[in-house]
Amino acid sequence: MGTRPVLDLVAADRQLLISHIPHAQAIGLRVVDARPDEAWLEVPYSESLVGNPETGVVHGGVITTLLDNAAGTAVILALEEPRSIATLDLRIDYMKPATPGRDIVGYCHCYKVTKNVAFVRGVAYHDAVDDPIATMVATFMLGANWTLPAVFARET
Amino acid sequence: MGFLEQLRERGTASDYQALLEHIPYARFLGITVDEVGERGVLLRLRFDPRIVGNPTLPAIHGGVIGAFLEFAAILELVRQGEGERLPKPIDLAIDYLRSAGPADAFARATITKHGRRVANVRVEAWQDSPERLVAAAHGHFLVP
Repeated sequence: MGTRPVLDLVAADRQLLISHIPHAQAIGLRVVDARPDEAWLEVPYSESLVGNPETGVVHGGVITTLLDNAAGTAVILALEEPRSIATLDLRIDYMKPATPGRDIVGYCHCYKVTKNVAFVRGVAYHDAVDDPIATMVATFMLGANWTLPAVFARET
Repeated sequence: MGFLEQLRERGTASDYQALLEHIPYARFLGITVDEVGERGVLLRLRFDPRIVGNPTLPAIHGGVIGAFLEFAAILELVRQGEGERLPKPIDLAIDYLRSAGPADAFARATITKHGRRVANVRVEAWQDSPERLVAAAHGHFLVP
């Protein structure tokens, strides 16, 4: 497992991985852990994220947002050098509703990086990764536009 | 007569808007009903700095686009469906076609097949022109 420049940049404060993303801040996303190729993000339960007012269950879109953001973060943590990234496609499978009132963790692993594309798998859960609320696979284009993630841009 | 049945009976944009106003996450994202016509429910996602995912471009967060597509699918399923419960997503596969800039976005869903228990849905989202999609998705929903 090699070191990644981004891990040094965020060593003092892992929240720097997502603190520049307005929507991540709007829903209170938090980085729980960050390692090479892997990211754990958490979304706190909030009434404003509810999709079914009768049950209090958060909307599927919240899970999509959590996992999309965790996937992008995992890609950033998998790159040997700073590159811009853009989601190409994302497929999500919903296994069970999230429990009302509980925070949700999104774990993503960027398991392959090629010249142009990064491949990611992820899962959303409350307590255990083997008891999923949803699973996800996504691909990202690398160097798709000329904007670098802010943690890299900060250095230059 | 239940809420959704009444909605189908009357079927105006403001009836569907009333349904969205019951859903906290739709209010939070700023999703409204623009039109309900022959081609189904047309949704609008109002641009707001809070929904930005890439502040440099800037571009709307991919997760918000995904949520928007899911809302469009659910409302169209309500319109063409039966019963008093909301359809539940089983899976959704989203293609991101171009970045969604700082402007309102629109989405419309087509039901490919409406089975007894499962419906197959396609959804498209665009900004300036429906010819230039920002995202497209297809998914499966459990229908009540």
